[in-house]
Amino acid sequence: MADLVSHSDEVRVISKRFGKGATDIGRYVELDGYKAVQKALGMTPDAIINEVKASGLRGRGGAGFPTGMKWSFVPKDPAKAKYILCNGDESEPGTCKDRLILEHDPHSVIEGVMIAGLAVGAQSGYIYIRGEYRYLSIIMQKAIRDAYTRGFLGKNIFGSGRAFDVYWHGGAGAYEVGEESALMESLEGKRGIPRIKPPFPAVVGLWGSPTVINNVETLAAVPPILLGGAEWYAGLGPPKNGGTRLFCLSGHVNKPGVYELPLGYNLKKMIYEVGGGIPGGRTLKAVVPGGSSTPILTANEIDVAMDFDSVAKVGSMLGSGGVVVCDQNTCMVRFALQIMKFYQHESCGWCIPCREGTDWLKKTLTRFHAGGGVKKDIDNIRYLAENMLGRTFCPLGDAAAMPTISIVDKFRNEFEDHLEGRPCPYEPAGAQRQLPVLSH
Amino acid sequence: MSDVNITVDGKNVAAPAGTLLIEACKSAGIEVPAFCYYPNLSLQGACRMCLVKIEKMPKLQTACTTVISEGMAITTDSAEVQQARKSMVELLLGNHPLDCPVCDAGGECELQDMTFSYGAAESKYTEAKNHKDEQQWSPVVYFDRPRCILCYRCVRVCDEAMDVAALGIQNRGSSSVIAPNKGDHLECEECGMCIDICPVGALTSGAYRYKTRPWEMTHVGTSCAHCADGCKTTLGVRRSETGMEIVRGDNRDRSGINGDFLCVKGRYGFDFVAHADRVTQPLVRKNGRLTPTTWDEALTIVGKRLSEVRDQNGGAAIGVIGSNRTTNEENYLLQKFARVVLGTNNIDHHRTADFPAFAAALAGKPEATATMADIYNAPAMLVIGGDPTEQHPLLAYQIRNNVRLHNARLYVINSEPIKLQRQATTFTQIPSGAEGKAAAYLAGNDGALDALGGQSEAWTALRDKLRGETGLIIAFSSELRGADVANLVKFGNGVPGAKFICLADFSNSRGAADMGLYPDLLPGYVPVTAAGKFREEWGILPQSAGLTLPQMIEAAQAGKLKALLVVGSNPLGRIKVDPKSLANTFIVAQDLFLTETSALADVVLPAAAAYEKSGTSTNTCGELQQVKKASEITGTKSDFELIVRIADSMGFDLRKLVPFGKGVYADMGQSRGVHSGEADQHAVWLAKQGLEPKLSPFDPGAMFDEIQRLVPGYNVARMNLMAGNAQPTQLGGNGGGASHDPSLIVPAKDNLFSSGTLGRYSRTLNSVMENKQRQPADVAAD
Repeated sequence: MADLVSHSDEVRVISKRFGKGATDIGRYVELDGYKAVQKALGMTPDAIINEVKASGLRGRGGAGFPTGMKWSFVPKDPAKAKYILCNGDESEPGTCKDRLILEHDPHSVIEGVMIAGLAVGAQSGYIYIRGEYRYLSIIMQKAIRDAYTRGFLGKNIFGSGRAFDVYWHGGAGAYEVGEESALMESLEGKRGIPRIKPPFPAVVGLWGSPTVINNVETLAAVPPILLGGAEWYAGLGPPKNGGTRLFCLSGHVNKPGVYELPLGYNLKKMIYEVGGGIPGGRTLKAVVPGGSSTPILTANEIDVAMDFDSVAKVGSMLGSGGVVVCDQNTCMVRFALQIMKFYQHESCGWCIPCREGTDWLKKTLTRFHAGGGVKKDIDNIRYLAENMLGRTFCPLGDAAAMPTISIVDKFRNEFEDHLEGRPCPYEPAGAQRQLPVLSH
Repeated sequence: MSDVNITVDGKNVAAPAGTLLIEACKSAGIEVPAFCYYPNLSLQGACRMCLVKIEKMPKLQTACTTVISEGMAITTDSAEVQQARKSMVELLLGNHPLDCPVCDAGGECELQDMTFSYGAAESKYTEAKNHKDEQQWSPVVYFDRPRCILCYRCVRVCDEAMDVAALGIQNRGSSSVIAPNKGDHLECEECGMCIDICPVGALTSGAYRYKTRPWEMTHVGTSCAHCADGCKTTLGVRRSETGMEIVRGDNRDRSGINGDFLCVKGRYGFDFVAHADRVTQPLVRKNGRLTPTTWDEALTIVGKRLSEVRDQNGGAAIGVIGSNRTTNEENYLLQKFARVVLGTNNIDHHRTADFPAFAAALAGKPEATATMADIYNAPAMLVIGGDPTEQHPLLAYQIRNNVRLHNARLYVINSEPIKLQRQATTFTQIPSGAEGKAAAYLAGNDGALDALGGQSEAWTALRDKLRGETGLIIAFSSELRGADVANLVKFGNGVPGAKFICLADFSNSRGAADMGLYPDLLPGYVPVTAAGKFREEWGILPQSAGLTLPQMIEAAQAGKLKALLVVGSNPLGRIKVDPKSLANTFIVAQDLFLTETSALADVVLPAAAAYEKSGTSTNTCGELQQVKKASEITGTKSDFELIVRIADSMGFDLRKLVPFGKGVYADMGQSRGVHSGEADQHAVWLAKQGLEPKLSPFDPGAMFDEIQRLVPGYNVARMNLMAGNAQPTQLGGNGGGASHDPSLIVPAKDNLFSSGTLGRYSRTLNSVMENKQRQPADVAAD
């Protein structure tokens, strides 16, 4: 169980029930639970979709695709059943927000799944939970059971005469399965390898049926939107970036934790005020703004609003909300190596550039960091990452390439400082060797 | 539907809607490289070699997964695309062992070719390479992970095309490895398609690995010597101390009726030719023992004894047993020799299907036979009897893939559950031996229902469904004979566009039947009582039907048959007799080995195997194909030459037997296969000396001239045939032979790994069979 943190700038929409015992269905209902889905039962599917569209809600898994639009892609009357798929395979290093939602407010996810189902005409939903989150699947199983017991799920939900089923499914420990099509493969009992797109899941998804796949946090935001109204939710953030999101602040900050802040919140403020600044009065070197796959920002680049469009403007991505802070003592070569170790380990191996590129980069960075680097290795590291970028089967290759390219470009001097057998100049003897966020 | 127009590198290209970009480019003559893309297998998009630029799309796209759309503008040769290809090859070569100098695939490797065409000139890779030790998965399949590029072709061909799914992928990332799905070994049909389809040297053949360099071989595409499906197998041959040896069999050529397919026998079953037990000298029985001798002595004895018997006891005292494995020219020559030279109709062969009944039933409708290509493209198929997966691997492949790729409907009627039922729309199980009843019921005889078991509603529904099909192809096995075949054809005649395949067991069983190895039928199922143009060309012929094969053996035992010529057959392998009972019969055997039959012979003439001679062969569908000479064992002669020499030693005018010197075909070396270069020089030399290059009496091409002229249904496009294409023949006849004794048909009961008497001499097939703990068939045969 993770300790909860708080800050006065927080706007609690998704996290409002955290720490309030809402895993208990009775408590959840007391705290306005299952009201939104009952409201949705009285709405037309189009009205639900329009409400979500107007709220400006964008996917919280990392890509930031407008949720309402995704729902509207599902064909109205296909011959096959439709499915809602909740992506709880949260594995991006630096990201630990879905875990809190599943731990503290599982019913909000169930409710979000149900509303999505009513919006697109699906009668069943799957909640896929990361394999390592075994304890959360136990919480989720109980929540689903309780919802059935109360008649919230089943053949006649809330006495409406309509049916909706929710199932949970556990992963087997693969980052790759967080990619939506690989997740569907995994759920179908196959190897977790992504599918060729098109067709997209909205048309051909789970078991060949139209499927909506949304992140846990995205779905948890849906009930508050229906209850509070699209206008209210959109107004919480800047234009086209509606609402709040859970930022996972980690690394070298005094008060790491998951904070719910409005989209557009300033990153510098997040680090120095919400996070309480860098420990020991050390200076900031770099920040990963949205999970390990996003290009790194230098200390000079952090005066930026944390919304999808603003972060994109400074050459990175808002991603999954994992903000990792690195202080002056962080070796950026080692940081690049840690990231590459992760992606090398998690590459599914399907396509050549990701499988071979991450392996090669890991080997080179390992040798390089250990002092065995030569000058042309630096160009070669960049060359390899550049040639993976945009050419892999799925975004995992990009996820490995993007931070690597940015680290080489922005911290080339640190690479040069490792040349000619010199020991790592950034990690004083006895310094922490392992960054907490990359402990996978 | 009108074509979709796109531009590729500025060139206008039109292709049907739904075409994949990579295929559209290919049709325009623009190569888009790919490892994982393979036509008719599921798309992977994994190798990323086929990345191209599509206008308006920010990233490069895979041409193998993109379906063309109107107005699409593609660039395949920009610096960006070239760099993508180059880096992909660089990445692949990083962990690749680069052991090309000792790799089987060296010289015929797609990775080498890609590196040559698209790769970088130097390697940036300086890290240690990942390694995994080589594994043996079966007697014939080895796997070398470091060479593998993970294109998944092997996994897909095994699963999708073969419906075996013996291969899968283990681990992930750079530890990903192709692995058997059952522990450390393959549980499969050992077809070796995974080896053939492997673009690199990761999967190698146990029968071939480390034997040679590919460029040291000459490749000869010939018709397989085993089952009756007639796949083209490409034999890699190399000079050896005994002549020419076969080093490898594979499907490199892919130009045969089998397309991508080849089974375990076609791929590995060539090694019988090099078995140590090959007879390589003429043998004559002296003092009770077969003793090596000269050709002159052996042929003189044969000629003398056969002449004596003919002249003293009449032709009816001589019997001739032909082969299911020899060429059409040899079979035609053999029956002509029997009838014209020996003056007997006592000629037969080991019958494995009732072709005469089939020909009779189809009389007047000879176009209603289906080819292997027809069944692959048919909207619906009915398979009655047999187990095609075991006995007709190509047919089963065509059926399976027709269902997979074209959604064809398959109806199976069988007394046992067979593997093809997995693809079947309906599988109807019947009591053992009730195949004929099923045919009768389908033909409209409702009274047959009682014998079929099952519910009458289901049978009615099945018959109605089948009657409602168009273009149904009906493949029937040898359980159906005589009247059953007539019933089935009667039923089929009621289905619009229906065609038939009659399934026999050996490589040239159909040819043996078509060429008249019957005591009552001449070539083309012409009754001996109505010899017509055969009589006009050949002169006097015996008019009454001769003895059947079992009758000949009985007659020999009874002392009525004084001499027996057995060519490429082992009748005593399945008909058990006391050797002493044949002691007074003069037996001549033309064979590769000392079999149960040839071991009893008085003279054994060492014959060349099917891979050591030229001619033609007809598969069970009636498709005529070239047999090309690949290898050579010193000391053997083709059966064709042997028969001619026997006739010569009997003093017969060879021009009356083989019409050499008057045909349209000149042997410019083609019949000599791999020696063609040498033979051509010979022809040039002859011309230079003012000596006209004449047809020799040993030239099967001369015999084929006569076959084309006289045998109904065999007047095929000769040039097409010579170019290596299969030519469909038509089943001739006018109803003769419709009512043969059904018990004369004895199915070989071979399985995937056995091949009659021949199979006993294939070390590879036997090791596979042993590995699978399977037994050869009960019925030994040709």
